[in-house]
Amino acid sequence: MYLSKCIRFCLQQTARTVSKESPLWKRYSTAAVQPKIDTSFVGALKTIVGDANVSTADAIREQHGHDESHHAVAMPDVVVFAESVDHVSKVSKLCNDTKVPLIPFGSGTGLEGGVNALQGGVCLDVTKMDQIVQVNAEDFDCTVQPGVMRLGLNNYLRDTGLWFPIDPGADASVCGMCATSASGTNAVKYGTMRENVLNLQVVLPDGRVIDTAGRGRRTKKTSAGYNLTNLFLGSEGTLGTITEATVRLYGIPEKTISAVCHFNEVSEAVDTVVQILQCGIPMAKLEFLDDSAIDCFNRFCKYDMTVAHSLFLEFHGPAYGLEDQFQSVKELIEMNNGFGLKQASDADERNRLWKARHEMVWACTARIPGSKPYSTDVCVPITNLPEIITKTKQMVVEADVIGPMVGHVGDGNFHIFFPCDHSDTETFKKIKDISHKMAVMAMELNGTCTGEHGIGIGKRDLLVAEVGEETLGAMKQIKETFDPNNIMNPGKVFF
Amino acid sequence: MSGLRVIVGCKRVIDYAVKIRVKPDKLGVVTDGVKHSMNPFDEIAVEEAVRMKEKKLASEIIAVSCGPTQCQETLRTAMAMGADKSIHVEVDAATYENLQPLHVAKILAKVAQDEKADIVFTGKQAIDDDCNQTGQMVAALLDWPQATFASKVEKANGDLTVTREIDGGLETIKVKLPAVLTADLRLNEPRYATLPNIMKAKKKPMAKKKPADYGVDVAPRQSILKVEDPPVRQAGSKLDSVETLVGKLKDAGLVPS
Repeated sequence: MYLSKCIRFCLQQTARTVSKESPLWKRYSTAAVQPKIDTSFVGALKTIVGDANVSTADAIREQHGHDESHHAVAMPDVVVFAESVDHVSKVSKLCNDTKVPLIPFGSGTGLEGGVNALQGGVCLDVTKMDQIVQVNAEDFDCTVQPGVMRLGLNNYLRDTGLWFPIDPGADASVCGMCATSASGTNAVKYGTMRENVLNLQVVLPDGRVIDTAGRGRRTKKTSAGYNLTNLFLGSEGTLGTITEATVRLYGIPEKTISAVCHFNEVSEAVDTVVQILQCGIPMAKLEFLDDSAIDCFNRFCKYDMTVAHSLFLEFHGPAYGLEDQFQSVKELIEMNNGFGLKQASDADERNRLWKARHEMVWACTARIPGSKPYSTDVCVPITNLPEIITKTKQMVVEADVIGPMVGHVGDGNFHIFFPCDHSDTETFKKIKDISHKMAVMAMELNGTCTGEHGIGIGKRDLLVAEVGEETLGAMKQIKETFDPNNIMNPGKVFF
Repeated sequence: MSGLRVIVGCKRVIDYAVKIRVKPDKLGVVTDGVKHSMNPFDEIAVEEAVRMKEKKLASEIIAVSCGPTQCQETLRTAMAMGADKSIHVEVDAATYENLQPLHVAKILAKVAQDEKADIVFTGKQAIDDDCNQTGQMVAALLDWPQATFASKVEKANGDLTVTREIDGGLETIKVKLPAVLTADLRLNEPRYATLPNIMKAKKKPMAKKKPADYGVDVAPRQSILKVEDPPVRQAGSKLDSVETLVGKLKDAGLVPS
């Protein structure tokens, strides 16, 4: 049902005529591209990457036509596996010359339909480029190719005492995390991808290969020219294909304390968070789970936690001083009527706790077997958090849907993972309604409709409202400059 | 049971995440420029020893590795995790290619005697040769009890109670000390070495020895004839009917005609 709506929308776009009077960037940029995938095109692809690296098999196309969101599968016409930057460059050029859509594909763990091939075309799977190009341990940086996944990187680094702390939960590809400007549970201490990428190698739609900070540069700061690195961060595959990323590393924390506590009122939990941050305590993780989420958590991960609004906390730091931080937070929790504060006793229990937290998406969808996660991702300034969480919780309760709330409240960011079954149209409508209202509320409270998952397919209308016509126009100008034929992931971010 | 002395065997192997490639001469696998790390099961053994020390069951942990110079990196990792000192038994690269569990077991047994160890702890097997022999051989050479495939180790009045993973499930045994233990996967999750601990490890003592110091002859007793890739998987084909399938099976001689 959602897919047919998408198709209808795309067809509407083809009918719009281009006005010759309005500036280039004011025309609706998504003239629907008619893919010319015929045997000669597939043959041209095979010449570039080799026969074994091109597939039109249904199963492969289906796998590459969706991510982990609820958006319906939209298969590309052909899947190409690139083994080098040269492959990526030549395939991009071919697609640009023939005006065929091109969608880069990494781990397929996105949550906003970023890889769904709404207009068919070529899905460019870059995961065969899986080298960790270099690790400069004493400079705290490393360079990776698109096939390197976050957990694999941390595994490789373990003997150096360093880690890559951005933790979106899924085992996402590092370059994919660049494309969506990912974040996660550790952002409150270590920041998001925006603060942690030093350089990117990007293949532009016409095949040109650029290094956003210059080849081999890996400095902590630079004022040289425009900040292209941060332009491509979060561009969701609409401006080019990332083929290498140089990222910042951090020392593995000397000591870690994890703890859980509970509250009877949502406002008490959120007030505690605001106060902790006001005190300047450098939390490593500060996560909120509402009672509905704890219920899912208990069922799925076989835990026996008190079913109440909860905060999961983690402190990272040197061995001395960490207990003091913990004591300060303990006092704040008690001041806000928190109860049941319990430290995880050892590493195994800590790992179990955070693993379960990261499986929340699945825990929520497990409540309705066969459902997919419809995730919301609003982010507001910390002081506006109490209002939006309380009002959202009210909406969920009134609508009588399963809407577990889970969030990186330390950044003012929280999610609702609605288990969503498209065939249950009534519930789906309610979910979309709440989700939309949340985003509107967030924007009214100086916030954003997406803190870390990206715009993808489902939030294009919200982007328009969030940034306004002028800024949107500026963004589209950039898109037109880099990708005049609109081959890069058409239909995402913008209509 | 105050202060057990624990020897931990640490083997340097190709990192488990690396794609293994056979050398062109088909006599081994490519090791040059390939990432190596401590055998994962040995990491688990080191972690368990460190936890025993934190619980005041163990008083000293000595990590031992036999092999070329690069084994010293493996020992530094063990010391960064919490081992107190280490012994590198140097074996040159060429001899190392044919070093067998029996050689290593003889060396570890001698080390255990010299160091007056109470426990010899190794991983259950190395991920390169999958031999699963060294721990058992050490026990035989020393005439010590062995608790292999340990997934839980607890103290119990001067002895150890060890839960072992066996084919039928879990077996719990009581083991008198001194004993040999080998670690299985679910014993624990090893800690990562932190930067401060890596720095401290550089200052911990590492003794350099040779097999001859322990009276062990490491001359090879076998030679590798051939190392090959497993056969490349052939593509399958979709058949349209059961009759076609049966026909193909008959043609291939897999069912009687």
